[in-house]
Amino acid sequence: MKLVTAIIKPFKLDDVKTALEGLDIQGMTVSEASGFGRQRGHTEVYRGAEYTVELVPKVRIEIVVEDDRAGDVIGAIVDAAQTGKIGDGKVWSSPVDEVVRVRTGERGAEAL
Amino acid sequence: MDSGVTAWLLTSSALVFLMIPGLAFFYGGMNRSKSVLNMLMMVIGALFIVGILWALYGYSMAYGSSAGYFVGSFTDYFGLEAALAPPAEGDAFPVMVDVVFQAMFACLTVGLIAGALADRMKFGAWIIFAAIWASLVYFPVAHWVWGGGWIGQLNIGGAEVIDFAGGTAVHINAGAAALAVCIILGKRLGWPKTPMRPHNLTMVMLGAGLLWFGWFGFNAGSAYAADNTAAIAATNTLVATCGAGIAWLVVEKLRDGKATSLGAASGIVAGLVAITPACANVTPLGAILIGIIAGAVCAWAVTIKYKLGYDDSFDVVGIHLVGGIVGTLALGFLASDLAAEGGQNGLLYGGSINLLIVQIIAAAGVLVYSFILAGIIALVLKSTMGIREDEEDEVGGIDLAEHAETAYELGDSGGGGVFAGVGHTARAKEVE
Repeated sequence: MKLVTAIIKPFKLDDVKTALEGLDIQGMTVSEASGFGRQRGHTEVYRGAEYTVELVPKVRIEIVVEDDRAGDVIGAIVDAAQTGKIGDGKVWSSPVDEVVRVRTGERGAEAL
Repeated sequence: MDSGVTAWLLTSSALVFLMIPGLAFFYGGMNRSKSVLNMLMMVIGALFIVGILWALYGYSMAYGSSAGYFVGSFTDYFGLEAALAPPAEGDAFPVMVDVVFQAMFACLTVGLIAGALADRMKFGAWIIFAAIWASLVYFPVAHWVWGGGWIGQLNIGGAEVIDFAGGTAVHINAGAAALAVCIILGKRLGWPKTPMRPHNLTMVMLGAGLLWFGWFGFNAGSAYAADNTAAIAATNTLVATCGAGIAWLVVEKLRDGKATSLGAASGIVAGLVAITPACANVTPLGAILIGIIAGAVCAWAVTIKYKLGYDDSFDVVGIHLVGGIVGTLALGFLASDLAAEGGQNGLLYGGSINLLIVQIIAAAGVLVYSFILAGIIALVLKSTMGIREDEEDEVGGIDLAEHAETAYELGDSGGGGVFAGVGHTARAKEVE
Protein backbone atom coordinates (compact mmCIF):
# COMPACT_ATOMS: atom_id res chain seq x y z
CA MET A 1 0.00 0.00 0.00
CA LYS A 2 0.96 3.59 -0.57
CA LEU A 3 0.33 6.80 1.33
CA VAL A 4 -0.32 9.58 -1.17
CA THR A 5 0.28 13.01 0.32
CA ALA A 6 -0.65 16.14 -1.56
CA ILE A 7 -0.02 19.75 -0.66
CA ILE A 8 -2.29 21.96 -2.76
CA LYS A 9 -3.75 25.43 -2.99
CA PRO A 10 -6.70 25.68 -0.57
CA PHE A 11 -9.19 26.82 -3.22
CA LYS A 12 -8.48 23.66 -5.24
CA LEU A 13 -9.62 21.31 -2.49
CA ASP A 14 -13.15 20.91 -3.85
CA ASP A 15 -11.91 20.11 -7.35
CA VAL A 16 -9.47 17.53 -6.04
CA LYS A 17 -12.10 15.97 -3.82
CA THR A 18 -14.51 15.66 -6.75
CA ALA A 19 -11.82 14.10 -8.93
CA LEU A 20 -10.92 11.57 -6.27
CA GLU A 21 -14.55 10.66 -5.66
CA GLY A 22 -14.65 9.84 -9.38
CA LEU A 23 -11.88 7.29 -8.74
CA ASP A 24 -14.00 5.67 -6.03
CA ILE A 25 -11.59 6.55 -3.27
CA GLN A 26 -13.01 5.41 0.08
CA GLY A 27 -11.63 8.13 2.33
CA MET A 28 -9.14 10.88 2.82
CA THR A 29 -7.73 13.07 5.56
CA VAL A 30 -7.62 16.82 4.97
CA SER A 31 -5.75 19.28 7.13
CA GLU A 32 -4.71 22.90 6.97
CA ALA A 33 -0.99 23.33 6.46
CA SER A 34 1.41 26.15 5.90
CA GLY A 35 4.81 26.24 4.36
CA PHE A 36 6.77 27.45 1.41
CA GLY A 37 8.39 26.12 -1.71
CA ARG A 38 9.39 28.21 -4.65
CA GLN A 39 6.39 30.41 -3.98
CA ARG A 40 7.63 32.51 -1.11
CA GLY A 41 5.23 34.30 1.19
CA HIS A 42 3.63 37.67 0.84
CA THR A 43 3.90 41.11 2.41
CA GLU A 44 1.43 42.59 4.86
CA VAL A 45 1.50 46.19 6.07
CA TYR A 46 0.13 47.30 9.43
CA ARG A 47 0.25 51.01 10.19
CA GLY A 48 3.20 51.38 7.87
CA ALA A 49 5.16 48.41 9.26
CA GLU A 50 5.83 45.79 6.61
CA TYR A 51 5.88 42.14 7.55
CA THR A 52 6.98 39.39 5.23
CA VAL A 53 4.78 36.41 5.87
CA GLU A 54 6.98 33.52 4.78
CA LEU A 55 4.60 30.64 5.23
CA VAL A 56 1.75 30.35 2.75
CA PRO A 57 -1.48 28.62 3.75
CA LYS A 58 -2.00 25.27 1.97
CA VAL A 59 -4.19 22.22 2.30
CA ARG A 60 -2.68 18.79 2.92
CA ILE A 61 -4.54 15.70 1.67
CA GLU A 62 -3.56 12.21 2.77
CA ILE A 63 -4.92 9.03 1.20
CA VAL A 64 -3.85 5.43 1.64
CA VAL A 65 -4.41 3.27 -1.48
CA GLU A 66 -3.35 -0.06 -2.90
CA ASP A 67 -0.04 0.03 -4.77
CA ASP A 68 -1.48 -0.24 -8.28
CA ARG A 69 -3.86 2.67 -7.75
CA ALA A 70 -1.31 5.20 -6.50
CA GLY A 71 -0.42 6.35 -10.01
CA ASP A 72 -4.06 7.11 -10.92
CA VAL A 73 -4.65 8.95 -7.68
CA ILE A 74 -1.56 11.08 -8.10
CA GLY A 75 -2.53 11.84 -11.68
CA ALA A 76 -6.05 12.84 -10.68
CA ILE A 77 -4.80 15.14 -7.96
CA VAL A 78 -2.29 16.82 -10.25
CA ASP A 79 -4.89 17.33 -12.98
CA ALA A 80 -7.44 18.78 -10.59
CA ALA A 81 -5.08 20.97 -8.60
CA GLN A 82 -3.11 22.44 -11.45
CA THR A 83 -3.39 26.15 -12.26
CA GLY A 84 -0.02 26.40 -13.99
CA LYS A 85 1.05 29.15 -11.65
CA ILE A 86 3.80 29.03 -9.07
CA GLY A 87 2.63 27.61 -5.72
CA ASP A 88 0.40 24.81 -7.04
CA GLY A 89 1.99 22.41 -4.56
CA LYS A 90 3.47 18.90 -4.51
CA VAL A 91 2.22 15.32 -4.48
CA TRP A 92 4.24 12.35 -3.33
CA SER A 93 3.70 8.77 -2.32
CA SER A 94 5.42 6.63 0.25
CA PRO A 95 5.19 2.96 1.21
CA VAL A 96 2.86 1.93 4.04
CA ASP A 97 3.64 -1.15 6.15
CA GLU A 98 0.30 -1.81 7.72
CA VAL A 99 -3.25 -0.48 7.90
CA VAL A 100 -5.84 -1.56 10.47
CA ARG A 101 -9.53 -0.69 10.51
CA VAL A 102 -10.20 0.20 14.13
CA ARG A 103 -13.85 -0.91 14.14
CA THR A 104 -13.29 -4.47 12.93
CA GLY A 105 -9.60 -5.17 13.25
CA GLU A 106 -9.31 -5.94 9.50
CA ARG A 107 -5.80 -5.51 8.18
CA GLY A 108 -4.10 -4.57 4.92
CA ALA A 109 -6.07 -3.89 1.74
CA GLU A 110 -9.24 -5.10 3.51
CA ALA A 111 -9.01 -2.16 5.85
CA LEU A 112 -9.00 0.48 3.11
CA MET B 1 -33.18 72.58 36.96
CA ASP B 2 -33.32 72.12 33.20
CA SER B 3 -34.49 68.59 32.55
CA GLY B 4 -33.48 68.80 28.88
CA VAL B 5 -29.87 69.54 29.76
CA THR B 6 -29.88 66.97 32.54
CA ALA B 7 -31.27 64.32 30.20
CA TRP B 8 -28.66 65.08 27.54
CA LEU B 9 -25.80 64.94 30.03
CA LEU B 10 -26.99 61.64 31.50
CA THR B 11 -27.28 60.29 27.96
CA SER B 12 -23.82 61.59 27.14
CA SER B 13 -22.46 59.88 30.24
CA ALA B 14 -23.70 56.55 28.93
CA LEU B 15 -22.29 57.35 25.48
CA VAL B 16 -18.85 58.10 26.90
CA PHE B 17 -19.04 54.96 29.02
CA LEU B 18 -19.43 52.86 25.87
CA MET B 19 -16.09 54.22 24.67
CA ILE B 20 -14.38 52.19 27.40
CA PRO B 21 -15.34 48.71 26.13
CA GLY B 22 -15.00 50.18 22.63
CA LEU B 23 -11.40 51.11 23.42
CA ALA B 24 -10.79 47.67 24.91
CA PHE B 25 -11.90 46.02 21.67
CA PHE B 26 -10.07 48.53 19.48
CA TYR B 27 -6.86 47.61 21.27
CA GLY B 28 -7.73 43.95 21.82
CA GLY B 29 -8.09 43.23 18.12
CA MET B 30 -4.54 44.46 17.60
CA ASN B 31 -3.18 41.99 20.18
CA ARG B 32 -1.91 38.61 19.25
CA SER B 33 -4.51 35.96 20.09
CA LYS B 34 -2.55 34.85 23.16
CA SER B 35 -2.82 38.24 24.88
CA VAL B 36 -6.16 39.77 23.92
CA LEU B 37 -7.86 39.01 27.24
CA ASN B 38 -5.14 40.77 29.18
CA MET B 39 -5.70 43.93 27.12
CA LEU B 40 -9.44 43.82 27.73
CA MET B 41 -8.70 43.32 31.43
CA MET B 42 -6.27 46.24 31.57
CA VAL B 43 -8.90 48.63 30.23
CA ILE B 44 -11.73 47.20 32.32
CA GLY B 45 -9.48 46.96 35.40
CA ALA B 46 -8.59 50.64 35.08
CA LEU B 47 -12.32 51.38 34.86
CA PHE B 48 -12.97 49.48 38.11
CA ILE B 49 -10.27 51.19 40.11
CA VAL B 50 -10.63 54.72 38.74
CA GLY B 51 -14.41 54.60 39.06
CA ILE B 52 -14.05 54.02 42.79
CA LEU B 53 -11.27 56.58 43.24
CA TRP B 54 -13.43 59.15 41.42
CA ALA B 55 -16.17 58.69 44.00
CA LEU B 56 -13.73 58.68 46.93
CA TYR B 57 -11.64 61.75 46.13
CA GLY B 58 -11.13 62.05 42.34
CA TYR B 59 -14.04 64.36 41.64
CA SER B 60 -13.05 66.42 44.64
CA MET B 61 -9.44 66.75 43.48
CA ALA B 62 -10.57 67.71 39.98
CA TYR B 63 -13.50 69.98 40.77
CA GLY B 64 -13.15 70.95 44.43
CA SER B 65 -12.04 74.44 45.46
CA SER B 66 -8.63 75.18 44.03
CA ALA B 67 -5.42 74.96 46.04
CA GLY B 68 -2.90 77.20 44.29
CA TYR B 69 -4.43 76.53 40.87
CA PHE B 70 -2.80 73.08 41.02
CA VAL B 71 -5.31 70.69 42.53
CA GLY B 72 -8.80 70.77 43.97
CA SER B 73 -9.59 70.26 47.62
CA PHE B 74 -9.34 66.62 48.66
CA THR B 75 -12.24 67.00 51.08
CA ASP B 76 -14.86 69.20 49.35
CA TYR B 77 -16.56 66.26 47.69
CA PHE B 78 -14.87 63.34 49.49
CA GLY B 79 -17.14 60.34 49.09
CA LEU B 80 -19.50 62.52 47.02
CA GLU B 81 -21.72 63.31 50.00
CA ALA B 82 -21.58 67.00 49.15
CA ALA B 83 -22.83 66.19 45.65
CA LEU B 84 -26.00 64.45 46.83
CA ALA B 85 -28.13 67.55 47.39
CA PRO B 86 -30.65 68.52 44.70
CA PRO B 87 -29.53 71.37 42.43
CA ALA B 88 -29.74 74.89 43.76
CA GLU B 89 -32.21 77.35 42.30
CA GLY B 90 -30.96 78.44 38.89
CA ASP B 91 -28.58 75.52 38.31
CA ALA B 92 -29.25 73.77 35.02
CA PHE B 93 -28.38 70.30 36.31
CA PRO B 94 -27.46 68.53 39.58
CA VAL B 95 -23.80 68.33 40.61
CA MET B 96 -24.10 64.55 40.45
CA VAL B 97 -24.64 64.78 36.69
CA ASP B 98 -21.25 66.44 36.38
CA VAL B 99 -19.81 63.76 38.66
CA VAL B 100 -20.99 60.84 36.55
CA PHE B 101 -20.25 62.49 33.19
CA GLN B 102 -16.67 63.35 34.15
CA ALA B 103 -16.15 59.99 35.85
CA MET B 104 -16.32 58.39 32.41
CA PHE B 105 -13.55 60.68 31.15
CA ALA B 106 -11.30 59.71 34.04
CA CYS B 107 -11.86 55.98 33.56
CA LEU B 108 -11.34 56.20 29.80
CA THR B 109 -8.18 58.31 30.00
CA VAL B 110 -6.38 55.84 32.25
CA GLY B 111 -7.44 52.98 30.00
CA LEU B 112 -5.92 54.72 26.97
CA ILE B 113 -2.43 54.18 28.39
CA ALA B 114 -2.83 50.39 28.28
CA GLY B 115 -2.50 50.35 24.51
CA ALA B 116 1.21 51.05 24.75
CA LEU B 117 1.83 48.21 27.19
CA ALA B 118 0.45 45.16 25.38
CA ASP B 119 1.45 41.58 26.18
CA ARG B 120 4.02 42.22 28.87
CA MET B 121 2.97 44.10 32.01
CA LYS B 122 2.10 42.37 35.26
CA PHE B 123 -1.60 42.85 35.80
CA GLY B 124 -1.25 43.79 39.46
CA ALA B 125 1.39 46.37 38.66
CA TRP B 126 -0.86 47.88 35.98
CA ILE B 127 -3.78 48.24 38.41
CA ILE B 128 -1.58 49.94 40.98
CA PHE B 129 -0.08 52.17 38.31
CA ALA B 130 -3.58 53.10 37.13
CA ALA B 131 -4.64 54.07 40.66
CA ILE B 132 -1.54 56.17 41.35
CA TRP B 133 -1.44 57.84 37.94
CA ALA B 134 -5.12 58.76 38.17
CA SER B 135 -4.53 60.24 41.64
CA LEU B 136 -1.32 62.14 40.95
CA VAL B 137 -1.81 63.05 37.31
CA TYR B 138 -5.31 62.79 35.87
CA PHE B 139 -7.24 64.33 38.77
CA PRO B 140 -4.89 67.33 39.10
CA VAL B 141 -4.64 67.86 35.34
CA ALA B 142 -8.44 67.75 34.98
CA HIS B 143 -8.42 70.46 37.66
CA TRP B 144 -5.85 72.48 35.72
CA VAL B 145 -8.00 72.48 32.61
CA TRP B 146 -11.60 72.39 33.79
CA GLY B 147 -11.67 72.72 37.57
CA GLY B 148 -10.28 76.23 37.99
CA GLY B 149 -6.59 75.38 37.77
CA TRP B 150 -3.78 77.21 36.05
CA ILE B 151 -4.54 76.21 32.47
CA GLY B 152 -8.12 77.38 32.83
CA GLN B 153 -6.89 80.63 34.41
CA LEU B 154 -4.09 81.27 31.92
CA ASN B 155 -4.55 84.56 30.11
CA ILE B 156 -2.01 86.20 27.84
CA GLY B 157 -3.20 89.45 26.35
CA GLY B 158 -6.81 88.30 26.52
CA ALA B 159 -6.08 84.89 24.97
CA GLU B 160 -7.28 81.94 27.04
CA VAL B 161 -6.67 78.22 26.53
CA ILE B 162 -9.34 76.39 24.56
CA ASP B 163 -9.70 72.70 25.40
CA PHE B 164 -13.35 71.95 24.91
CA ALA B 165 -13.47 68.22 25.60
CA GLY B 166 -10.00 67.04 26.53
CA GLY B 167 -7.22 67.40 23.97
CA THR B 168 -4.76 68.20 26.75
CA ALA B 169 -6.33 66.64 29.85
CA VAL B 170 -7.26 63.38 28.13
CA HIS B 171 -5.19 62.73 25.04
CA ILE B 172 -1.88 64.52 25.52
CA ASN B 173 -2.03 63.43 29.14
CA ALA B 174 -2.54 59.72 28.38
CA GLY B 175 -0.17 59.76 25.40
CA ALA B 176 2.71 61.26 27.38
CA ALA B 177 2.19 58.75 30.19
CA ALA B 178 2.09 55.89 27.69
CA LEU B 179 5.42 57.00 26.23
CA ALA B 180 7.12 57.11 29.62
CA VAL B 181 5.77 53.76 30.80
CA CYS B 182 6.43 51.84 27.58
CA ILE B 183 10.05 52.98 27.63
CA ILE B 184 10.53 51.86 31.24
CA LEU B 185 8.61 48.62 30.72
CA GLY B 186 10.73 47.72 27.68
CA LYS B 187 9.90 46.17 24.35
CA ARG B 188 7.86 43.06 23.79
CA LEU B 189 10.18 40.09 23.31
CA GLY B 190 11.14 39.95 19.67
CA TRP B 191 9.84 43.42 18.80
CA PRO B 192 10.18 44.72 16.13
CA LYS B 193 11.78 41.74 14.29
CA THR B 194 9.08 39.20 15.08
CA PRO B 195 5.84 39.90 13.21
CA MET B 196 3.13 40.79 15.73
CA ARG B 197 0.18 40.98 13.43
CA PRO B 198 -3.22 42.09 14.75
CA HIS B 199 -5.21 38.94 15.47
CA ASN B 200 -8.67 40.31 14.69
CA LEU B 201 -9.10 43.40 12.57
CA THR B 202 -12.88 43.14 12.57
CA MET B 203 -12.71 43.67 16.33
CA VAL B 204 -10.51 46.73 15.79
CA MET B 205 -13.05 48.27 13.41
CA LEU B 206 -15.93 47.45 15.74
CA GLY B 207 -14.04 49.10 18.60
CA ALA B 208 -13.33 52.17 16.48
CA GLY B 209 -17.03 52.36 15.62
CA LEU B 210 -18.03 52.19 19.28
CA LEU B 211 -15.47 54.87 20.10
CA TRP B 212 -16.84 57.14 17.39
CA PHE B 213 -20.41 56.60 18.59
CA GLY B 214 -19.48 57.36 22.18
CA TRP B 215 -17.42 60.34 21.15
CA PHE B 216 -20.57 62.24 20.20
CA GLY B 217 -21.35 62.21 23.92
CA PHE B 218 -17.76 63.01 24.81
CA ASN B 219 -17.65 66.13 22.62
CA ALA B 220 -21.24 67.29 22.36
CA GLY B 221 -21.89 66.45 26.00
CA SER B 222 -19.01 68.72 26.94
CA ALA B 223 -21.22 71.65 25.92
CA TYR B 224 -23.01 71.04 29.24
CA ALA B 225 -26.12 72.07 27.39
CA ALA B 226 -28.45 70.69 24.76
CA ASP B 227 -28.00 73.63 22.45
CA ASN B 228 -26.36 75.02 19.34
CA THR B 229 -22.87 74.50 20.73
CA ALA B 230 -23.57 70.81 21.32
CA ALA B 231 -24.88 70.45 17.78
CA ILE B 232 -21.79 72.15 16.32
CA ALA B 233 -19.56 69.87 18.38
CA ALA B 234 -21.46 66.81 17.17
CA THR B 235 -21.25 67.87 13.53
CA ASN B 236 -17.55 68.57 13.80
CA THR B 237 -17.06 65.19 15.48
CA LEU B 238 -18.50 63.59 12.36
CA VAL B 239 -16.78 65.57 9.63
CA ALA B 240 -13.31 65.91 11.16
CA THR B 241 -13.22 62.15 11.63
CA CYS B 242 -14.23 61.49 8.03
CA GLY B 243 -11.42 63.80 6.92
CA ALA B 244 -8.89 62.01 9.08
CA GLY B 245 -9.96 58.60 7.81
CA ILE B 246 -9.52 59.68 4.20
CA ALA B 247 -6.17 61.35 4.91
CA TRP B 248 -4.80 58.24 6.65
CA LEU B 249 -5.86 56.02 3.76
CA VAL B 250 -4.33 58.36 1.18
CA VAL B 251 -1.02 58.33 3.06
CA GLU B 252 -1.13 54.53 3.12
CA LYS B 253 -2.01 54.25 -0.55
CA LEU B 254 0.89 56.49 -1.51
CA ARG B 255 3.41 55.08 0.97
CA ASP B 256 2.51 51.40 1.29
CA GLY B 257 0.51 50.72 -1.85
CA LYS B 258 -2.82 49.76 -0.25
CA ALA B 259 -5.49 51.39 1.86
CA THR B 260 -5.98 49.14 4.92
CA SER B 261 -8.84 48.58 7.33
CA LEU B 262 -6.47 49.09 10.25
CA GLY B 263 -5.56 52.42 8.66
CA ALA B 264 -9.23 53.39 8.44
CA ALA B 265 -9.83 52.49 12.09
CA SER B 266 -6.68 54.35 13.11
CA GLY B 267 -7.67 57.39 11.07
CA ILE B 268 -11.03 57.42 12.84
CA VAL B 269 -9.38 57.59 16.25
CA ALA B 270 -6.79 60.15 15.13
CA GLY B 271 -9.53 62.43 13.84
CA LEU B 272 -11.62 62.04 16.97
CA VAL B 273 -8.63 62.84 19.17
CA ALA B 274 -7.70 65.95 17.19
CA ILE B 275 -11.21 67.41 17.05
CA THR B 276 -11.77 66.84 20.79
CA PRO B 277 -10.27 70.12 22.03
CA ALA B 278 -11.56 72.06 19.02
CA CYS B 279 -15.04 70.68 18.36
CA ALA B 280 -17.01 73.72 19.55
CA ASN B 281 -14.63 76.43 18.38
CA VAL B 282 -14.10 75.72 14.70
CA THR B 283 -16.40 75.76 11.69
CA PRO B 284 -17.17 72.45 9.96
CA LEU B 285 -14.66 73.40 7.25
CA GLY B 286 -12.05 74.04 9.92
CA ALA B 287 -12.95 70.69 11.48
CA ILE B 288 -12.45 68.87 8.18
CA LEU B 289 -9.06 70.52 7.80
CA ILE B 290 -8.05 69.55 11.35
CA GLY B 291 -9.15 65.99 10.60
CA ILE B 292 -7.14 65.80 7.40
CA ILE B 293 -4.03 67.17 9.08
CA ALA B 294 -4.42 64.80 12.04
CA GLY B 295 -4.99 61.76 9.82
CA ALA B 296 -1.92 62.47 7.72
CA VAL B 297 0.34 63.46 10.60
CA CYS B 298 -0.65 60.49 12.78
CA ALA B 299 -0.28 58.05 9.86
CA TRP B 300 3.29 59.24 9.73
CA ALA B 301 3.76 59.47 13.51
CA VAL B 302 2.96 55.79 14.11
CA THR B 303 6.18 54.88 12.28
CA ILE B 304 8.48 56.98 14.50
CA LYS B 305 8.68 54.25 17.14
CA TYR B 306 10.55 51.98 14.74
CA LYS B 307 13.22 54.63 14.27
CA LEU B 308 13.50 55.54 17.94
CA GLY B 309 13.05 52.02 19.28
CA TYR B 310 10.29 52.31 21.89
CA ASP B 311 7.52 49.72 21.75
CA ASP B 312 4.38 51.84 21.90
CA SER B 313 2.46 48.72 20.93
CA PHE B 314 -0.80 50.17 19.62
CA ASP B 315 0.37 53.75 19.05
CA VAL B 316 -1.01 55.64 22.01
CA VAL B 317 1.80 58.12 21.40
CA GLY B 318 1.44 58.24 17.63
CA ILE B 319 -2.32 58.77 17.77
CA HIS B 320 -3.31 60.25 21.14
CA LEU B 321 -0.27 62.34 22.00
CA VAL B 322 0.37 63.50 18.45
CA GLY B 323 -3.32 63.85 17.56
CA GLY B 324 -3.95 65.74 20.81
CA ILE B 325 -1.13 68.14 20.01
CA VAL B 326 -2.40 68.64 16.44
CA GLY B 327 -5.89 69.53 17.65
CA THR B 328 -4.73 71.70 20.52
CA LEU B 329 -2.33 73.73 18.39
CA ALA B 330 -4.66 73.88 15.38
CA LEU B 331 -6.97 76.00 17.49
CA GLY B 332 -4.30 78.70 17.43
CA PHE B 333 -4.95 78.99 13.70
CA LEU B 334 -8.49 77.79 13.11
CA ALA B 335 -10.52 78.89 16.14
CA SER B 336 -13.40 80.98 14.90
CA ASP B 337 -16.07 83.08 16.56
CA LEU B 338 -18.36 82.00 13.74
CA ALA B 339 -18.66 78.70 15.63
CA ALA B 340 -18.37 79.95 19.20
CA GLU B 341 -20.30 83.18 19.49
CA GLY B 342 -18.19 85.76 21.26
CA GLY B 343 -15.31 83.27 21.29
CA GLN B 344 -11.70 83.68 20.30
CA ASN B 345 -10.23 83.72 16.82
CA GLY B 346 -7.14 81.91 15.62
CA LEU B 347 -4.54 83.42 13.31
CA LEU B 348 -6.41 82.47 10.13
CA TYR B 349 -9.51 84.25 11.39
CA GLY B 350 -7.75 87.47 12.32
CA GLY B 351 -6.92 86.56 15.92
CA SER B 352 -3.63 87.29 17.67
CA ILE B 353 -0.76 84.90 18.08
CA ASN B 354 -1.42 84.86 21.81
CA LEU B 355 -4.00 82.10 21.39
CA LEU B 356 -1.42 79.84 19.76
CA ILE B 357 1.02 80.67 22.56
CA VAL B 358 -1.38 79.72 25.36
CA GLN B 359 -2.32 76.55 23.49
CA ILE B 360 1.38 75.60 23.27
CA ILE B 361 1.89 76.33 26.97
CA ALA B 362 -1.09 74.17 27.93
CA ALA B 363 0.00 71.27 25.70
CA ALA B 364 3.58 71.41 26.89
CA GLY B 365 2.60 71.75 30.54
CA VAL B 366 0.44 68.64 30.50
CA LEU B 367 2.90 66.67 28.36
CA VAL B 368 5.88 67.33 30.59
CA TYR B 369 4.03 66.82 33.87
CA SER B 370 2.39 63.57 32.81
CA PHE B 371 5.56 62.18 31.21
CA ILE B 372 7.67 62.83 34.29
CA LEU B 373 5.13 61.68 36.86
CA ALA B 374 4.23 58.53 34.90
CA GLY B 375 7.94 57.76 34.54
CA ILE B 376 8.55 58.15 38.26
CA ILE B 377 5.56 56.00 39.19
CA ALA B 378 6.65 53.27 36.76
CA LEU B 379 10.24 53.36 38.01
CA VAL B 380 9.15 53.08 41.63
CA LEU B 381 6.86 50.14 40.84
CA LYS B 382 9.59 48.53 38.77
CA SER B 383 12.08 48.64 41.62
CA THR B 384 9.60 47.47 44.25
CA MET B 385 6.99 44.98 43.01
CA GLY B 386 8.29 44.62 39.44
CA ILE B 387 6.25 45.52 36.39
CA ARG B 388 7.46 43.13 33.71
CA GLU B 389 5.93 39.73 33.08
CA ASP B 390 8.34 36.74 33.21
CA GLU B 391 9.91 35.94 29.87
CA GLU B 392 8.43 32.44 29.76
CA ASP B 393 4.93 33.71 30.53
CA GLU B 394 5.19 36.46 27.94
CA VAL B 395 6.13 33.96 25.24
CA GLY B 396 3.50 31.45 26.35
CA GLY B 397 0.87 34.19 26.44
CA ILE B 398 -0.01 36.62 29.20
CA ASP B 399 -3.68 35.55 29.06
CA LEU B 400 -2.83 32.14 30.41
CA ALA B 401 -0.14 33.38 32.81
CA GLU B 402 -2.09 36.25 34.37
CA HIS B 403 -5.70 35.18 34.00
CA ALA B 404 -5.62 31.37 33.56
CA GLU B 405 -7.77 31.72 30.44
CA THR B 406 -7.54 31.30 26.68
CA ALA B 407 -9.50 33.73 24.50
CA TYR B 408 -10.41 31.34 21.73
CA GLU B 409 -11.34 27.67 22.04
CA LEU B 410 -11.45 26.54 18.44
CA GLY B 411 -12.06 22.82 18.61
CA ASP B 412 -12.31 19.90 20.95
CA SER B 413 -8.95 18.42 20.06
CA GLY B 414 -7.36 21.59 21.42
CA GLY B 415 -6.67 20.64 24.99
CA GLY B 416 -8.90 17.93 26.37
CA GLY B 417 -8.69 17.84 30.16
CA VAL B 418 -11.09 16.97 32.93
CA PHE B 419 -13.12 18.94 35.44
CA ALA B 420 -11.01 18.98 38.57
CA GLY B 421 -13.42 20.54 41.07
CA VAL B 422 -14.00 24.07 42.27
CA GLY B 423 -11.49 26.57 43.64
CA HIS B 424 -9.00 25.15 46.09
CA THR B 425 -10.02 21.57 45.39
CA ALA B 426 -8.95 21.96 41.79
CA ARG B 427 -5.59 23.41 42.70
CA ALA B 428 -4.98 20.81 45.40
CA LYS B 429 -5.60 18.02 42.93
CA GLU B 430 -3.19 19.60 40.51
CA VAL B 431 -0.50 19.50 43.20
CA GLU B 432 -1.16 15.80 43.89
